[in-house]
Amino acid sequence: MTDHRQRKLKDLALSLCFLGPSLLGVLIFFVLPFCVVVYYSVIKNTINPEFVFLDNFIALFQNSAFRDAAKNTAVFSALAVPLAVVLALGLAMLLEARIPLKSQFRTFFLSPMMVPVASVVLIWQVLFSNNGVINEFTALFGIDKIDWIKSEYGQIVILTLFLWKSLGYNMILFMSAIANIPKELLEVADVEGASETYKFFAIKLRYLSPTVLFVTILSLISSFKVFREVYLMTGGYPVSSLYMLQHFMNNTFQSTDFQKMSAAAVVMAIAMVVIIAVLFKVEDWFGKDVEG
Amino acid sequence: MRKKKYFSRTVIFLVCAILALIFLLPTLLTISNSFMTQTEITANYGVIFQNASGSGGKTYVSEKVNLKFIPDKVSLEQYITVLLKSPDYLLKFWNSVILVVPIVVFQVAVASIAAYGFTRWRGRVRAAIFFFYVILMLMPYQVTLVPNYLVSDWLGILNTRWAVILPGIFAPFSVFLLTKFMRRIPYSLIEAAKIDGAGEWQVFTKVCMPQCRAALYSIAILVFIDYWNMVEQPIVLLPDAEKQPLSVYLSTINTGEVGLAFAIATIYMVPTLLLFLHGEEYLVEGIATQGSVKG
Repeated sequence: MTDHRQRKLKDLALSLCFLGPSLLGVLIFFVLPFCVVVYYSVIKNTINPEFVFLDNFIALFQNSAFRDAAKNTAVFSALAVPLAVVLALGLAMLLEARIPLKSQFRTFFLSPMMVPVASVVLIWQVLFSNNGVINEFTALFGIDKIDWIKSEYGQIVILTLFLWKSLGYNMILFMSAIANIPKELLEVADVEGASETYKFFAIKLRYLSPTVLFVTILSLISSFKVFREVYLMTGGYPVSSLYMLQHFMNNTFQSTDFQKMSAAAVVMAIAMVVIIAVLFKVEDWFGKDVEG
Repeated sequence: MRKKKYFSRTVIFLVCAILALIFLLPTLLTISNSFMTQTEITANYGVIFQNASGSGGKTYVSEKVNLKFIPDKVSLEQYITVLLKSPDYLLKFWNSVILVVPIVVFQVAVASIAAYGFTRWRGRVRAAIFFFYVILMLMPYQVTLVPNYLVSDWLGILNTRWAVILPGIFAPFSVFLLTKFMRRIPYSLIEAAKIDGAGEWQVFTKVCMPQCRAALYSIAILVFIDYWNMVEQPIVLLPDAEKQPLSVYLSTINTGEVGLAFAIATIYMVPTLLLFLHGEEYLVEGIATQGSVKG
């Protein structure tokens, strides 16, 4: 009995030795800051730290800029994330075929990862600005010019940029998952005369479900990161359809409205945790009978 | 039947080739345009960046935007400006190096040790901590960046390089990836080493790390790419322009200096490109081991 206890204690001590440095750093640079945000979100202001509980949140939800920003961010993510997942899966399936230059293609699809943001932004401006390449091209078919970046189509511009950047990475995740689907199962299906569609939905997709979840979450995160490009292209106050939550937080930070900003950060964090929890549940329900 | 299969493969090949080319285009464009003279750049893209580049002088500006891949005349004008005429850019390049290299090296080091901890000892509490790391990893910058500012202000490291480096070192991203990788190492290997009388540290350095070589390399590349292109963190945590990396400068570059921007971007891509070409197989393998978020 005491032996068992001693062993457990020793294990704890050893594991702490290994986890210690990382835990300490994470506590200082990630957990502590987050606690500060939570604290700031429930006080009146830094000079008069009176506890006001939900007042900041109520003010936040009554703020029309915040509501617009939240709506735009939600719309963008709701559009971009499923597209990033489905298109990447499609690409991975295409590259499954026996074609030459496969590994070169794979590298080409990954190449957007290394292009510096500034250059990306310049090129997208060349493509989509009022006198840009896309408008030149559509003019050939007699279509009127659209000032893509400054119109309600702004989200489309950002969407293409986002997909260009993230598809390669997602595709590789899917390719390796496809490679791990048990071959025997597909062979049996072939012998039984199953159609391609049936094989896809009944077998492949089931085995891919953990990867679908993972890619969804990754894409969700990178859909938030696209703000950097939006900001460089359009500045702090873009057309209304491109005004994202990050613009809101950036602008409130610049005007040192820490209470509003912290409340927005807390809301964003809660939304993320809820979304991730829901995705986990969906995956449990969907891929129950296969071991991911 | 065979013919049909051959045909469909050709179609798939063509589709892949066209798509791959589209994906590669911006990279090629950046490189090829960096060899154009400022005059040619202005002539090609003047319509777009007109109002910004108004130098007053008489320059030929094409009516239409002109997306060109091959320069009229290959010129090193932009490179000479960047590399020889003004030391500012090289200084900023160096700033990038001294910020990013320590982050990559120490993040991977701290993460390997922690990942070993998460692999060797499991329990409910440690599982909860690991899940917590995943959540932290998934938090968007905007949530953590400003609180990071407040904390580094308290620690008195604001506006020093440490303000960027330290949070970078402890970012949970590589802990997550490495733990996933280490958990695939057969337990029998560790057991065998223990029977031979190895201590935990020896098991870690002599058994575990050699198994993870490919993973370590790929994670290092991913972390490098992420921090090499950082913009937000230095702007908030290191407002001193003298110490900021080239990525920040690149992002603020004036549209009148488009040609210069392409040359700087190309130079800035070189380290990434080298890592990429050198470790492409590892990189793919490293991304592929991620698979799923849970467990």
